Amino acid sequence: MTTMTLVQDSATMTRRSLRHVLRYPVSLVVAVAVPVLLLLLFVGVFGALKAGLPAHASYINYVMPAIIVMTAGYGSSVTAQGVNRDSTEGIIGRFRTMAISPTSMLNGYVVSALVRTLVSAALVIAVAIGLGFRPTADAGRWLAAAGVIVLLVLALTWLAVPFGLASRTAEGLTGFILIVQLLPFISSAFVPTDQMSTGVRWFAAHEPFTPIIDTLRGLLTGTVSGSTVVTAVIWCLVLVVGGYLWARVLVRRDLNR
Amino acid sequence: MTSAITATGLRKSFGDKTVLDGIDLDVAAGTTFSLLGPNGAGKTTTVQIMSTLVHADGGQVRVAGHDVVSQPAAVRAAIGVTGQFSAVDNLLSGQENLLLMADLHHMGRAEGRRLAAELLDQFDLTEAAKKTVTTYSGGMKRRLDLAMTLIGDPRIIFLDEPTTGLDPRSRRMMWQTIRELVASGVTIFLTTQQLDEADELADRIAVLDHGKVVAEGSPEELKRSIPGAHVRLHFADAAGLDAAARAVGGAFRHDDTLTLEVPSDGGAVAVRELLNRLGDTAGEVDEVSVHTPDLDDVFFALTGRPTAETTPEMENAR
Repeated sequence: MTTMTLVQDSATMTRRSLRHVLRYPVSLVVAVAVPVLLLLLFVGVFGALKAGLPAHASYINYVMPAIIVMTAGYGSSVTAQGVNRDSTEGIIGRFRTMAISPTSMLNGYVVSALVRTLVSAALVIAVAIGLGFRPTADAGRWLAAAGVIVLLVLALTWLAVPFGLASRTAEGLTGFILIVQLLPFISSAFVPTDQMSTGVRWFAAHEPFTPIIDTLRGLLTGTVSGSTVVTAVIWCLVLVVGGYLWARVLVRRDLNR
Repeated sequence: MTSAITATGLRKSFGDKTVLDGIDLDVAAGTTFSLLGPNGAGKTTTVQIMSTLVHADGGQVRVAGHDVVSQPAAVRAAIGVTGQFSAVDNLLSGQENLLLMADLHHMGRAEGRRLAAELLDQFDLTEAAKKTVTTYSGGMKRRLDLAMTLIGDPRIIFLDEPTTGLDPRSRRMMWQTIRELVASGVTIFLTTQQLDEADELADRIAVLDHGKVVAEGSPEELKRSIPGAHVRLHFADAAGLDAAARAVGGAFRHDDTLTLEVPSDGGAVAVRELLNRLGDTAGEVDEVSVHTPDLDDVFFALTGRPTAETTPEMENAR
């Protein structure tokens, strides 16, 4: 398998998945509407409390990075469902009897998920700005934030693909969807961790979403600490490599085993 | 004649369940070979091993001259597979599915479009070409599935129960397509549960039961080994039955049901001959029916028990 055909096949697979999005644009609307609703909900419910923030801070600025992370989380659950549908409906079996590299199939899922999720994240940010989100970042920090978002989406997608492949039914994905959609709640997403009880605080301090959310928050509306950025990037890279290796094993093992 | 597919001592178990227990097969290039057996006999597993989807526990398989374990890419380049469940992209249209296959075979845009249009026409899908596959009937999906398999012009095609669940018209269409493929030099490896399908299409048939080949031969050879083809005559009264039994001879009479079973191949000529032999007593016959052996008869003859005894859950262990 030459590099040329790998690139060509990856592009074909990406086009296939993107065509699904264009065919059913409702899924993109939902991917934007769910985070926007969450944003309205959190600003409406907790905004009044200020969640222990300094008096001059705006809650929408505080919570927005978490909403971006949840947009990525929602996107990855859509990816896992799509991969699982392909796997249970048999088209993956067809691809595997053809002279194409399994890697091109995985690339197709990941690249299309990246495009789809970045589009929905951009739309969510645009709506948030309309609702009063005021990032203070300059062009350089926006670029860095975009880089972190790309890394985050890659990490969650490379995790979504093997979960989708491994599950024999759509119901089997519930665990994955719960992890990516609930884990951000037990982090610095909606309230600062220093207000939590000891056990929860310890968990929040050590789970991957906290440094990722803190990094985004620092880049967009405050100051960043170098060690937080490094922790966030390491977490993302670990998830990317782990998810890729797991997916690689899954597409090479016996079908349905 | 050269071999398109050879398997020697093929073994596979899932857990403690033996699915294939030492299979030897030899399929000549350019012929149709049918693997006949009930659910759970190991047909799908055999196809999956031959098409590089599943690894065997033991034995050797060569497809198009390549070993499936050491040269899977070369095997994949030579084969096409259409399984029992349609492996199509349900969210795309029929045309998009075919163009996807053309792209994956690295065809040019124009060539892909031309071939897709040709196949849509050949499989009677032109009208539905731009519709999403979710709106297709089972038969249409199966035809699209086979059309997708044909895009790469494979020399060896595996068809795993291609007509299961199809209506009679779609079934005939599928048979016609298979005949045309063989006429163009393609080798077909067909699995089926239906004897008439194997009879209609296959040059050679292997009967698979509980992971073992229990019989192999041409359809004629197999049918000769299976008793059970007969013409059944039903009479209004015992007198008619008596007269007919005397006139025919060599028939089995069932006095309780007033029927006479006459061994026969069930063809029109044989039935006419039988009626001629009956002469005037033909007027006493209430009803004539022809019974040809089905898979149950084959199984009963070959294994001494009906097919229903085989465990259906093994089919899920694909």
